[in-house]
Amino acid sequence: MSALIIIFAVMGLALWLGIQARRGRDMTLEQWTVGGRGFGTALVFLLMAGEIYTTFTFLGGSGFAYGQGAPAYYILCYGSLAYIISYWLLPAIWRYAKAHNLISQPDFFVHKYDSPALGVLVALVGIIALVPYLVLQLKGLGIIVETASYGAIGSSVAIWIGVVVVTCYVIVSGVRGSAWTAVIKDTLILIVVVFLGVFMPIHYYGGLGPMFQAIDAAKPGFLALPPQGQSISWFDSTVLLTALGFFAWPHTFASLYTARDERTFRRNAILLPLYQLILLFVFFVGFAAILKVPGLKGPQIDLSLLRLSAATFPAWAVGIIGAAGVLTALVPGSMILITAATLLANNLYRVFRPGTDDATVSLLAKLLVPAVALVGVYFTLRGGETIVALLLMGYSFVTQLFPALVCSLMARNPVTREGAFAGIFAGVATVALISLTHTTLGTLFPALPQWARELNVGIVALVVNIVVLAIVSAATQRAHQARRTLSSSR
Amino acid sequence: MQVVKWLALLPFIGMLGGVFFVNQATPLVLGLPLLLAWIVLWVLLTAAIMAIIYLADPANRGEGRR
Repeated sequence: MSALIIIFAVMGLALWLGIQARRGRDMTLEQWTVGGRGFGTALVFLLMAGEIYTTFTFLGGSGFAYGQGAPAYYILCYGSLAYIISYWLLPAIWRYAKAHNLISQPDFFVHKYDSPALGVLVALVGIIALVPYLVLQLKGLGIIVETASYGAIGSSVAIWIGVVVVTCYVIVSGVRGSAWTAVIKDTLILIVVVFLGVFMPIHYYGGLGPMFQAIDAAKPGFLALPPQGQSISWFDSTVLLTALGFFAWPHTFASLYTARDERTFRRNAILLPLYQLILLFVFFVGFAAILKVPGLKGPQIDLSLLRLSAATFPAWAVGIIGAAGVLTALVPGSMILITAATLLANNLYRVFRPGTDDATVSLLAKLLVPAVALVGVYFTLRGGETIVALLLMGYSFVTQLFPALVCSLMARNPVTREGAFAGIFAGVATVALISLTHTTLGTLFPALPQWARELNVGIVALVVNIVVLAIVSAATQRAHQARRTLSSSR
Repeated sequence: MQVVKWLALLPFIGMLGGVFFVNQATPLVLGLPLLLAWIVLWVLLTAAIMAIIYLADPANRGEGRR
């Protein structure tokens, strides 16, 4: 009971803070979606770092270490590589977005390629990718409350409560609500994760070295990448896919639009890799659970951190851990809801009703928040994927935007709007085909060498995307030049 | 700055290429499996390299490109 009281007290605090965040501000479309472009280094840092501390890392990271071992290390790599890319990529996007007053990711593509149709495609890809991301947050929320309440509150009830809380403060405060609640989330999660990561190995094994020796003795090969399956080929292609896709998420675009100046991104490129190291402590908890709460299989591996905590601590301590976990679901969940609702209102509805003013789009976006949340609840209650599998599916879709995005920032963009559209469409279709039919490269092309069969499907789709993008751009270059000449002579 | 920015490629080579050579659990380094210790080393080096690039970048001096 004490665990539940703590969890609901923190949920209440998040709701109160989220609603307080709008004080003294008129929630125009720009305020609601990008905070009036007035956030300093600290708030942008927290919104950007929000990717590190979602339920994906809290439960998924520890669960992946528990269930798969060394392949979980990919989570530590891709963020660091993405932050290197961010040093040059984000300031360029921010400058262009500020100059053209953009508020969403599709806006960027529409302006760069002078193509409303491309904007619609990018919005659809963004929404498709955001659904599994929202589902994994809600799934994590359900797991946390059910486990921390020792079964007193079922997963489904917890998901509904969480959705109501987050929907309320998103409608009222927009991105400011997310930023304010991110402050308490990151403070609480930092304390909880570091404590658990230090305490568990010492408490159960006497230290890190003895823990890893015990695991290596009990499960030889578990702490290195296996020769087949999630091998080096899978590892490298997954790290590359997720590093390239890291800043292609539509809600990450919204976060970067909130910055006050571009130096914020360059400073964060130094700090965020260090912040990433906190993930080590998440892994340590998952590894500590291997020999202490054995037998979790399939989607159940995501329970390892909480099962070990419940077996180790009194109820009030489990309540604090659960409360930290709930916040890791609510804050990223709120950013996803804001972004998805904005995409629907600003980049789909407005395309088909061009005369719509900002006030109407803003109202429509707020009304769409509960609708998007309901879609998330529906897929959460009927799905059985692990948290990591859900995120990798989202990444496979969203990374398809990367080639057209990077090329658009070149001084002379070699990609035409037809090429960008065809490339993204081909990449997304490849991911959808392989994901929906539950096939792999190995089953489609059994004659391929072992390393090629184990490549991440998203990287394969990215190659298809780039090939199609190049061919179609070459074929439509003449029409592209004619359009450019015509527009410059006007 | 022109030369310094190429340092940014090193973490890609270290993390993605290095796993071919250190893909094993033992010996433990500071209590960590060898592969994990190698990745942690490169995360730390990434932060250091980005700090060097930041300091060498004229855009970050004075008012820069604000």
